[in-house]
Amino acid sequence: MTKPDQAPQKGGRRGGGKGDRVMVPPAEFRSYYGRPVVKAPVWTHDIAAYFFTGGLAAGSALVAAGADLTKRPALRTTGRLTALAAIVASTYFLVVDLGRPSRFLNMLRVAKPTSPMSMGTWVFSGFSAAAGLAAVAEAAPYLPRRGALGLAARALPTAGRAGGLAAAALAPAMATYTAVLISDTATPAWHAAYPRLPFVFAGSALASGGAAGLIGAPTAQAGPARTLAVAGAALELAATHGVEHRMGLLSEPYRTGRAGKLLRAARVLTAAGAVGALLGSRSRTVSALAGGALLAGSLATRLGVFEAGKASAEDPKYTVVPQRERLGSL
Amino acid sequence: MAGPNSLYGPIDPAPDAGYTDAPPRMGFFTDTSVCIGCKACEVACKEWNAVPDDGFNLLGMSYDNTGGLSANTWRHVAFIEQAAPSPAAMDVLREAESTVSTQFLGMPSSTLPGANGREDRDLRWLMMSNVCKHCTHAACLDVCPTGSLFRTEFGTVVVQEDICNGCGYCIPACPYGVIDRREDDGRAWKCTLCYDRIGEGMTPACAQACPTQSIQYGELDELRERAAGRVEVLHQRGVTEARLYGHDPDDGVGGDGAFFLLLDEPEVYGLPPDPVVTTRDLPSMWKHAGVAALSMVAAAAVAFLGRRP
Ligand code: SF4
Ligand code: SF4
Repeated sequence: MTKPDQAPQKGGRRGGGKGDRVMVPPAEFRSYYGRPVVKAPVWTHDIAAYFFTGGLAAGSALVAAGADLTKRPALRTTGRLTALAAIVASTYFLVVDLGRPSRFLNMLRVAKPTSPMSMGTWVFSGFSAAAGLAAVAEAAPYLPRRGALGLAARALPTAGRAGGLAAAALAPAMATYTAVLISDTATPAWHAAYPRLPFVFAGSALASGGAAGLIGAPTAQAGPARTLAVAGAALELAATHGVEHRMGLLSEPYRTGRAGKLLRAARVLTAAGAVGALLGSRSRTVSALAGGALLAGSLATRLGVFEAGKASAEDPKYTVVPQRERLGSL
Repeated sequence: MAGPNSLYGPIDPAPDAGYTDAPPRMGFFTDTSVCIGCKACEVACKEWNAVPDDGFNLLGMSYDNTGGLSANTWRHVAFIEQAAPSPAAMDVLREAESTVSTQFLGMPSSTLPGANGREDRDLRWLMMSNVCKHCTHAACLDVCPTGSLFRTEFGTVVVQEDICNGCGYCIPACPYGVIDRREDDGRAWKCTLCYDRIGEGMTPACAQACPTQSIQYGELDELRERAAGRVEVLHQRGVTEARLYGHDPDDGVGGDGAFFLLLDEPEVYGLPPDPVVTTRDLPSMWKHAGVAALSMVAAAAVAFLGRRP
């Protein structure tokens, strides 16, 4: 209990939530025994993995459609198959993070404009169907020429192109809605980043889609994938830099702790991957290594953003101090 | 029906949600200046709503071993020990105590308990029974993708457990950290403002059980008037730190259906000082995402068309 001659302990401890951390100068604020004000998301890393696979699927679908229209068959096949694999993984990550996975379909009972998750579920469903069709069309050359299957084999390329173009049309929404989804919360570091996170995610999706093309297609066809990979990496790096440095106190969770480590790793991997992609235009090996670095960088970015949000919710400082500043009383 | 203020600004939530002939908006006014920390509300809520236990922990936070609202705690009594800012503040506390007992209830002091009698106390507890705010603009409801969370005809916000798929979106969306996912069953739970009771014209269990009328239930308009009167009385008596929280329809959530009279800053009780419903910024979020999406399209177009095959 507080001794009478001491300064009174108003409302529990002053300062940060987890005792005295030396990394950052303690902001003066009051709290209820240092307990969080908002609840941290209950999601696990599965959701960050979904952001990555969803972005990869979107980027790959764009690459595949472009390759289809500009007659780059190997790049098209790579893009379509990567998109399909990423969709399968996405579906898994999405469903396991529900408290009641068996009720996943309850999301398809409604379309609710105020819920980015509802809108996103529809985008994801449409995108998956279209990209899935495009991927199935890749089987056409392997089907017999005769009979019912032969008919299918002749119809598939057209259907595949239609599916691929539809998937590409939905891909930008698929890549960016997840940024809106996490920004549309009271999680301080996510909400504050809402003008920037869509660009982080868009860049990350392009970089990973391009990276898949670099790994899967011969250098003769991979040119546009290389351009997209580098452009995406540049956007990802620039937008992430803004998140890490331009949001005052709410940039801090992106630079410290596990989020800080992940985002520093992401920066190194993405920058190295972009340089490798630029230098490796004649070498399949260098290109593939660069692609691997870009994919790892994209994944680390998503994990870092996820961790930063969690950390910002767990420390009442990030809720109280910006709100106090807004009220002009701190 | 949905209107220009559907995402942000003053509004009557039930008609906005599409109810015609909605009854008056109902709510709670929790007057912490008369709370004695008995936790009758916590118990009554658990009993009526069959809420499971929330674990048996010792948190080392005064008489609070629950910590906060959660899936299994829909009313939570916070305890804050602090120096009394004025003799008037202590008078109010004693008065609340004497409404229920002439016994010493164990209020904190800097001397040995009972050494100098009750009149000598210089430390006080702030006690507050926290609850879901039943926001005018409820972020939890806005973001729920299944329609499990809905607005009742009384303007309150309720989860339909048979629809919730446990996506967890509502949990980080709530600016007050109220709604939570239950570990074992995976669904989201929170205060219903006793939807089953108020539909029958009854008082919610917590308000019914509160021995000091710290928790008052009624028509929101009437409660707001009553609360303003109470603040005035406290100010006249010298308790200048008394203030209302969540009463203002112009605040960041359009006003709370459950609002409070506090005796210190909101954050001292674990409440956000200036909560804003996150969906206020949703249109802007989509705009930014739209620009980012277009930049993806542009990059792809340049990458493929800007060169020969
Ligand atoms: S306080 Fe939180 S859980 Fe309650 S209505 Fe408001 S947003 Fe929903
Ligand atoms: S957890 Fe349940 S109530 Fe909460 S947003 Fe998801 S479906 Fe709605």
